[in-house]
Amino acid sequence: MKFAVIVFPGSNCDVDMYHAVIDELGEEAEYVWHDETNLDRFEAILLPGGFSFGDYLRTGAIARFSPVMNEVVKAAELGKPVLGVCNGFQILLEAGLLPGAMRRNDSLKFICSPVLLEVKNSNTMFTNQYAQGELIEIPIAHGEGNYYCDEKTLAELKANNQIIFTYHSENPNGSIENIAGIMNKQGNVLGMMPHPERAVANLLGSHDGLKLFQSIVNQWRESHAIKA
Amino acid sequence: MYKVKVYVTLKESVLDPQGTAVKKSLHMMGYNDVDDVRIGKYLELSIGETAEQLETMIEEICSKLLVNPVIEDYRYEIEECVPQ
Repeated sequence: MKFAVIVFPGSNCDVDMYHAVIDELGEEAEYVWHDETNLDRFEAILLPGGFSFGDYLRTGAIARFSPVMNEVVKAAELGKPVLGVCNGFQILLEAGLLPGAMRRNDSLKFICSPVLLEVKNSNTMFTNQYAQGELIEIPIAHGEGNYYCDEKTLAELKANNQIIFTYHSENPNGSIENIAGIMNKQGNVLGMMPHPERAVANLLGSHDGLKLFQSIVNQWRESHAIKA
Repeated sequence: MYKVKVYVTLKESVLDPQGTAVKKSLHMMGYNDVDDVRIGKYLELSIGETAEQLETMIEEICSKLLVNPVIEDYRYEIEECVPQ
């Protein structure tokens, strides 16, 4: 399975993402610069964390107009898995691939720390290797992860089981309903503030993030086996 | 030449942690009459006078890039100015 790691000016978790796929997952990956206009050769798209375009204006606001984003939208429409982590999540929100918006953390502090997450929906292409309700430890590193959406959107997220991860025991940023990660209605675009790519081996302090990548591969293999 | 002044503010329904921090600081300084502080953005665009349908263009620019309509509102003022 071949993963695209999209690199914007200011991305800084692209190497971690690449490492997670190549060294820990054992699949193929390629860095893709943000001006690329063809993603046909990839089966999954990863938008890494960082500070694309210096977070100028709003986080992700400028990156969403990079040429590659038209292709990310196309890939999402084709049903390919699209994972946005941290700044990648912020870009997916700005691009309208996921509902809602990010606010500054309620503490106003940039927080870099391992957190406990609860897997709220394990029946997705991103979480099928986790148990429902499983508690996992994944690090966060952000200043703007305070997820917000209006009540109508929140009701829809709940009704469609689109809330995938929530912060457990302590909410680090003030996000509504302790939201840490949400998925689109179609179930193939996931955005999350915590960094699963930084938790793929015990050497990094946790390997709880690896199952997320394994879930993507698992789902892809199953759907391919059926097609074949 | 037009100078367009765009004011971007957080929606009333959205909490503003920065504004709250500034308000607390003002209270500590003794300015207890300050009931609320909301922080926004101010942008100035210089646009050539040949631009057609100026207001439509400004509204497009705002809704596409300058403003996130999920959490922000905006208003703008257009000034005609003579190039120096």
